[in-house]
Amino acid sequence: MKKELKIPRIKDGTVIDHITAGNAVKVLRILGIPEKTTSVVSVAINVKSKLGRKDIVKIENRELDPYEVDKIALIAPKATINIIRDYDVAEKHKVELPDEIAGIVSCPNPTCVSNANEPVNTRFRVICKDPPRIKCYYCEREPDDIAERII
Amino acid sequence: MSFFLIRMNFKGKDVISIKDFSKKELNYVLEYAKKMVPYARGEKYKDLLKGKVLSSLFFEPSTRTRLSFDSAMNRLGGRVIGFSDPSGTSQKKGESLADTVRMADSYSDIIVIRHPHEGAARLAAEFAKAPVLNAGDGAGRHPTQCLLDLFTILTERKSIKKNRIILLGDLKYGRTVHSLAYALSMYGVELTFVSPASLKMPREVIDECKELGVEPKQSSNLDKAIKDADVLYATRIQKERFPDPAEYNRVIGSYKIDNALLEKANDDLIVMHPLPRVTEISPEVDNTSHAVYFKQAFNAVPVRMALLSLVNGGLL
Repeated sequence: MKKELKIPRIKDGTVIDHITAGNAVKVLRILGIPEKTTSVVSVAINVKSKLGRKDIVKIENRELDPYEVDKIALIAPKATINIIRDYDVAEKHKVELPDEIAGIVSCPNPTCVSNANEPVNTRFRVICKDPPRIKCYYCEREPDDIAERII
Repeated sequence: MSFFLIRMNFKGKDVISIKDFSKKELNYVLEYAKKMVPYARGEKYKDLLKGKVLSSLFFEPSTRTRLSFDSAMNRLGGRVIGFSDPSGTSQKKGESLADTVRMADSYSDIIVIRHPHEGAARLAAEFAKAPVLNAGDGAGRHPTQCLLDLFTILTERKSIKKNRIILLGDLKYGRTVHSLAYALSMYGVELTFVSPASLKMPREVIDECKELGVEPKQSSNLDKAIKDADVLYATRIQKERFPDPAEYNRVIGSYKIDNALLEKANDDLIVMHPLPRVTEISPEVDNTSHAVYFKQAFNAVPVRMALLSLVNGGLL
């Protein structure tokens, strides 16, 4: 049986595949889409795959820096970044959490200085990459609901 | 171990969390603090910090911490500027902590800060070139208190390791006990946590102790625990933590330290408390050989003198 594509192939751009099902919108938020891009972006949610359900994001005519995208590993640790050139996968990269995450997640501690009116981004040290565990650089609190805390 | 063989450079170092220190560094500071004792008592004088200015930024009330930092700076010939009540500062006009710190940085050589927000000292260190010493940030860290507690155990018990230590009271919210449990675990002591069920030591602190190789015991029975202890470290149980006043009265009664309780303890048990105490320790204990909490309060001065001197790059 011919495999049916839920979203058409793109000629050039970036495909983020194997996003944890249901997290595509949060991935877009982490990447600053649509605010930081005018590219056409297609999103497929709850797509069937060999490993269960997944989400897919396709961004046309824009190659994301794979390392810049690593921060999405916070909520999509199995995601892959595919750079597409002339319909072919030119580069493939599996996301890996960096050692520090800044300005993406808010601290769960209401009295943390990063939640006060100070000119700083939130900052977290990554203490475990898979499953993702992070600790606030300022107050050392560890959020247990990372996906809900995406800024 | 010779103090001079392992000279370490602390110049410009921020003191934000006890976790920023290795055990070697802790030992170094504690040994240096021993040398500061006669200077802290005023029996000797050396103006190691002459011409230096300390910014003392206390956004929250404090008696011992602020006064002992002031004393430490003055004993070493330095001067102190700052405030003990932020109501008279630009914070009331909405100034950020970052801007207040930038300003203090331009006026002084060392900054000491106490602030109600956790992480405030870490933030201050980002905005200041001068070394920042954390004098308590919210319910978070209080590393200089932790150092003076270690110093008290070291000087009273001759060694930190091998002691059997009870941490008693509000172990959930008390900021001194979290850092202390961590630091004591670095020395491989035996730890027992005694608290009301609602104020137990948080699991992450217990996990940290375990990672350092210490398996803390937990108990709610002080009478039983005290029989095998060398150090009893008590903290204040705050009334506002209990919605039911009757429950507060029950708890406070069961953790009161008095001479009747101390009869069950070893003769050389020491009783410590970061102060202020309210009803946790009966005044009758003050005159026993067990009571070291006022010595502990004094120890704040040599320990803070040592830190101020080290971060400024000077040595006796």
